[in-house]
Amino acid sequence: MRPAALAALTAGLARTGNPSSLHTAGRAARRTVEEAREQIAAALGARPSEVVWTAGGTEADNLAVKGLFWARRTQDPSRRRVVVSAVEHHAVLDPAFWLAEHAGAELALLPVDGEGRVELDALRAELEEHGDAVALVSVMWANNEVGTLQPLEEVVGLAHRYGVPVHADAVQAVGQVPVDLRASGVDALTVSGHKVGGPGATGALLARRGLDLTPVLHGGGQERGVRSGTLDPALLAAFAAAVDEAVVTREEHAARVGTLRDDLVRRVLQAVPGATLRGPADATHRLPGNAHLTFAGCEGDSLLYLLDAAGVEASTGSACQAGVPRPSHVLLAMGVGEDDARGALRFSFGATSTADDVDAVVDVLPGAVERARAAGLSMAVGA
Amino acid sequence: MRVLAAMSGGVDSAVAAARAVDAGHDVVGVHMALSRTPAQERTGSRGCCSIEDASDARRAADVLGIPYYVWDMSERFEATVVADFLSEYAAGRTPNPCVRCNEHVKFAALLDKAVALGFDAVCTGHYARVVEGVDGARELHRAADAAKDQSYVLAVMGPERLARALFPLGDVASKAEVRAEAVARGLSVAAKPDSYDICFVADGDTQGFLRRALGEQPGDIVDEDGAVVGTHDGAYAYTVGQRRGLSLGRPAPDGRPRYVLAVEPVRRRVVVGPAEHLDVAHVRGDAAVWFGTVPPAGASCTVQVRAHGADVPARVLAADAGSVTVDVADGGVRGVAPGQSLVLYDGTRVLGQATVAATRTAADLAGAASDGPA
Repeated sequence: MRPAALAALTAGLARTGNPSSLHTAGRAARRTVEEAREQIAAALGARPSEVVWTAGGTEADNLAVKGLFWARRTQDPSRRRVVVSAVEHHAVLDPAFWLAEHAGAELALLPVDGEGRVELDALRAELEEHGDAVALVSVMWANNEVGTLQPLEEVVGLAHRYGVPVHADAVQAVGQVPVDLRASGVDALTVSGHKVGGPGATGALLARRGLDLTPVLHGGGQERGVRSGTLDPALLAAFAAAVDEAVVTREEHAARVGTLRDDLVRRVLQAVPGATLRGPADATHRLPGNAHLTFAGCEGDSLLYLLDAAGVEASTGSACQAGVPRPSHVLLAMGVGEDDARGALRFSFGATSTADDVDAVVDVLPGAVERARAAGLSMAVGA
Repeated sequence: MRVLAAMSGGVDSAVAAARAVDAGHDVVGVHMALSRTPAQERTGSRGCCSIEDASDARRAADVLGIPYYVWDMSERFEATVVADFLSEYAAGRTPNPCVRCNEHVKFAALLDKAVALGFDAVCTGHYARVVEGVDGARELHRAADAAKDQSYVLAVMGPERLARALFPLGDVASKAEVRAEAVARGLSVAAKPDSYDICFVADGDTQGFLRRALGEQPGDIVDEDGAVVGTHDGAYAYTVGQRRGLSLGRPAPDGRPRYVLAVEPVRRRVVVGPAEHLDVAHVRGDAAVWFGTVPPAGASCTVQVRAHGADVPARVLAADAGSVTVDVADGGVRGVAPGQSLVLYDGTRVLGQATVAATRTAADLAGAASDGPA
């Protein structure tokens, strides 16, 4: 956790008080919550009243997708279509699938190009054909696996022409690229604490003033009735401190991790035969701290083990409930074959990453890939 | 050594992994995902492919402080163990899927991948002992706890694979000792029930599983003279030696119970008869695997012909690299089903194993001495 967030958290934990209470302790707690709200709003181009606290990015995404769908359909029963990109995080995709299965929604998945960018022509066609029936569009700010920045300005321009609200999951983007609710024109925006060096289980949905959201959590009526539940001042203060610092230091951070990332990609492509960079070829179209590569003929789990054993922590993407690594839906949507998708590795650069880390990866990776290839080949069924 | 501990999510493999850690090895836990169905979630804790088992294995690895991975072996498992299970039943034999899993998955695909990734050995929670023989060769022996011994299902791996296998539970006195050790180590799987069912038959209903996969193939149940005494929905549902579940409409003339003597899927026939016609004299096995030299004809040994079956005295009639025939006439062996494993022992030491191909009863030998060898 960022020191500023940790300081805010530990200072806050020592204090008691429910921000919904009227007594002195309650008022002090409320003040902390509201200052955090002002801080996060200022950092992300929103008004304080546009911040809805949630217990993380997943809840904020659920509130956006379900809340917008229910609200729009209540106003106009013909608006039943939920339009989301095929490369969304599961926190957006799965609520959309759930609405289609259980709440009468029609799901439209927007295809992406080979670099993971939403096909604007497909969105245009969708809106031309079904514009009056669309309840919402959800397109992430930047993809969590391959780092692709989405053309949100164009998405917003198209959707608003048909009176359709746009939600953007910006969990990966905050602190990496400029994120500003008002400037983007986006109607609702998800942000999460743990991705910016804040505490886990903190998040917020920034929802443009006047945007109708049907609650997902009902109860005591906190957050103007949109999201009930007692708030934790210490967690929120730490969350806001982390977001604030991530935004203030963004430019410097992005330049630093971008240099490391570019160095890693260049050297890995040179050193490892069969390595392919996935996502945008132009580094300015992807998150600065993201590198995503596939290694033909390798099982991702073999690579993961070999790298971990050598002290390098990477990620393969997603796993099913039992923990079985699955080919990523993002890569498959980009047109990557299932076999290639199995040999995927994502390297994320953060505040603690150094040039030595890049050297370590470049040292270890060629041997690991060679070994993983040998192990992969011995798995051929019938061998 | 760098040791890969195969962790099913059960208590045995968890304690085995713990003992490998204690022995000073560099241990990594791996749970094999064997089911193609992603949401195979069961009530209870049987089998080895449920989500609950995967998280139990992860929890145990966390307690032991070792890295943990899930490896997807489902394709291999389907293509070998499950496919073999179905084709063997369809052919009227009675397969042992645990033997096939050890042969094709655990001590084959898993071990190969482990070795390719730089591991020296695979550790499992099987009850069997590996002993270094006089000539330095590694021998497979029955476990100290005869009741839990699993050398019968392990013999198929052969000596080369055995050299890379680690069975830390071979010496324990009883399962109770393993459970007590799990409690002492703070492993939450200590009280988890044992698994007895076939792991890929989710509800334990093997008959239903076979019927769904193979379809109904109705036919007759006949006596040894060919007289029809009942009907069935699929010969594959019957096993040689089986008595229960025949639902014969007509009692035997002598009123004695009848047993399945033969399963003939091509003719869709199940042959039944009296118990003494199951008394086996000779057993022939194919696909033999030997630990050390092939035993000479005339050698005395003991054999086990089914999982959890008794150790019975036997004599080798003929043996070569690929097959073996044993005389078990004095062993009181009844109803050996083709497809089961025939494992030969010298005391506690495994000599080798083969897959039962055919048997001859005492009556066969008396009546048809000119038919050639069994």
